Amino acid sequence: MVDDKVITAHKLTKKFGDFTAVDHISFDVHKGEIFGFLGANGAGKTTAMRMLCGLSLPTSGEATVAGFDVYKKNEKIKKSIGYMSQKFSLYEDLTVKENMEFYGGIYHMTDKFIKEKTEIILDQLGLKKEGNLLVRSLPLGWKQKLAFSVAMFHEPGIIFLDEPTGGVDPITRREFWNLIYHAAENGTTIFVTTHYMDEAEYCNRVSIMVDGRIEALDSPTQLKKTYEAASMDEVFLKLARKAVRTAD
Amino acid sequence: MKQFFAFVKKEFYHIWRDKRTMFILLGMPVVQIVIFGFALTNEVKNANIAVLDNSKDESTTSLIAQLDASRYFAVEKNLVSYKEVDEEFKKGKIKLAIVFPPHFAEDLQHFNKAQVQLIADASDPNTANQLTNYATAIIHDYQDRITNNRKLPYTINTEMQMLYNPQLKGAFNFVPGVMAMVLLMVCTLMTAITIVKEKEMGTMEIMLVSPMRPQLVVLAKAVPYLLLSIINITSILLLSVFVLEVPINGSLILLGSESILFTLVSLSLGLLISSGAASQQTAMFIALVALFLPTVMLSGFMFPVENMPLPLRIVSNIVPAKWYFSIVKSVMIKGLGFNGVWKETLILTGMMTFFLTMAIKRFKIRLA
Repeated sequence: MVDDKVITAHKLTKKFGDFTAVDHISFDVHKGEIFGFLGANGAGKTTAMRMLCGLSLPTSGEATVAGFDVYKKNEKIKKSIGYMSQKFSLYEDLTVKENMEFYGGIYHMTDKFIKEKTEIILDQLGLKKEGNLLVRSLPLGWKQKLAFSVAMFHEPGIIFLDEPTGGVDPITRREFWNLIYHAAENGTTIFVTTHYMDEAEYCNRVSIMVDGRIEALDSPTQLKKTYEAASMDEVFLKLARKAVRTAD
Repeated sequence: MKQFFAFVKKEFYHIWRDKRTMFILLGMPVVQIVIFGFALTNEVKNANIAVLDNSKDESTTSLIAQLDASRYFAVEKNLVSYKEVDEEFKKGKIKLAIVFPPHFAEDLQHFNKAQVQLIADASDPNTANQLTNYATAIIHDYQDRITNNRKLPYTINTEMQMLYNPQLKGAFNFVPGVMAMVLLMVCTLMTAITIVKEKEMGTMEIMLVSPMRPQLVVLAKAVPYLLLSIINITSILLLSVFVLEVPINGSLILLGSESILFTLVSLSLGLLISSGAASQQTAMFIALVALFLPTVMLSGFMFPVENMPLPLRIVSNIVPAKWYFSIVKSVMIKGLGFNGVWKETLILTGMMTFFLTMAIKRFKIRLA
C-alpha cells in the first residue's frame, strides 16, 4: 500500500508574511486516482498545488511527489509531472502542431516520439484537419482539451490541473472529463482543483479546503453521508460557510 | 540542447508571425538613418536671408553675390527700408538680414573702414550663431581679397584642419548614435516585452514547471534578438557606407564585435527589466523612460556630455550607450584599433556581466 502513494503531504504550510495561505494540510493521493481539490476562491488551492509542482517553496511541513521530496528533488519532480494552469497556457500565435513540438522539445522528447504522439493526440481530439491552424483560431473548448493533451504530452505519471474547465460550456466540460477518465484508466494520477461541484462528483476522492485548511477529505458518496447532504453542492456550502476569509 | 533549440525555434515563430513588429524592428534602422541622413541635420544649408542695400555700389553687389553663391545662404529678398527687416523676421521667412549703410564702397576706399550689420533670428541660438559666423567669414574673405595687393605690417594666417571628418558631415556623428539607439530599442525593449508577455499569458508558469532550467529560458529568449540585431547592424553599416558615404576607417571585425558586445549589454538589460516588471506596459515604460531618454540625452549623441554640469556628467557614465557611442566613433570614424577602446570595452563587459547575473538571479528568486 505504501508504494501506491504518489503524492504525500504532511502538515504542509505556506505563509506569505503574516498570512497563512496554506495551513498544515496533510493528505495522500494514490496512483491512478482522480483527486479533487476543492475550495472557494482564495482558500489556498492554487498555492498548495504550486508547492507540489515546485513552483513555490513550502514554509514548513513535508511533501513528496512521485516519491521525490519537494524541497530537494525539485528537478526530478518536474520530469514526472504535467501541469495545466488556470490561465490558458498554449501559444496562440503557434499552430497546434508547433505547440506540441515545442512542449515535446522542452521535455526532451525525441523527434520521432513527438511526431507519432502528435498524430495520436490530433486523432484522439478529432483535430486532424486543424493541426496546422493557429491555436488562436480554435474555439475555447478545443483549446482547453488541447491544453490538457499538451500537458499530458510527455506521458507524466501525475498531472496537476488547476481549474481546467473555467469558462467552458457543460458539453465541453463533459468531454474534458472523458479525457481525464481516459488518462486515469491508463494509470495517470489526476490532481484537479475545481469549484464546479458537479465535477467533484466525478472524482474518486475530494478534499475541501476552507481558509487554508483541509476541512473534509473522503469519497463524494461518503462526504454526502457524513454531512447528510443530497449533493456535493450542499456539502460544500455547509463547509464553506465557516470561512472567515473572503475571496479576493 | 534540444530544449534550447525548441525554445529558440518557438521564439522565431513569435517574431515571424507578428509581421508588423518584425517590419518595424527591421525597418526602424533604415528609416532612422534616412531621416537623420537627409532630414534632421544641424548643418545650415541655404538659409534664407534678406538684404537691405542702402549703398548699391560694386562692393556691396559683389558681396551679396558671394553670399548668395555660398551653400549656406540664399538671398530671399531685397529690402528697401529698415522697417521691412523687422517685418520679414516676424513673418519667419528669413533667418538673417544683412544691412549695408549708404556709401559702403566709398567708406571702404577713403576711410579704410566700412560697416555691415548682421541681424539674426536668435530664437534658435545655435543657428543664429552659425549663420553670423558664416556671413562674417565670407565678408572677411572679401576683405582679404581687396587688401591682397596692399602690404599689411603683420598677418597671422590661421590654417584649419578638420580631422577625421574634413567635410564636417553630421552623419559622422549620428550614425554611431543611431546604431546605439536602434540596438537598445530592439534588444532591451523587445526582450523585456517578450518575457513579461509570457508571464502575463501564464505560459511562463508552464515553463517553470517543466524541466527546462530557468537560465536556459532567459538565454533562449535573447538569441533571436541577437540575430535581429546583427541584421540591423549590417543594414545600418551598409546604408552609412554606401548612401551617406561615412567610411569605416577602423577594423570591421572590431566594430562588429563591439556592436555584438553592446547588443549583449542591451539584451541583459532587457532581461533584467523583465524580471522586475509585472506587465508589458510596465516593461515598456521602464525601457522607454529609464533607458531610452537617458540614451538620447546623455550618450553624447545629441548633446555633448562635456558641457553638462558635473552631476549629469557623472550620471552619464552609467548609460551604456555613452560607451558604445564612443567606441563606434573611435573605431569607425577615427580608425582606432582595440588599444584605443579597451577601456570602454572593459566597462561594457562589466555592465553586461552585472546585468546578466542580476537578471538570472532575480529570475530564480521568482521560482522559490
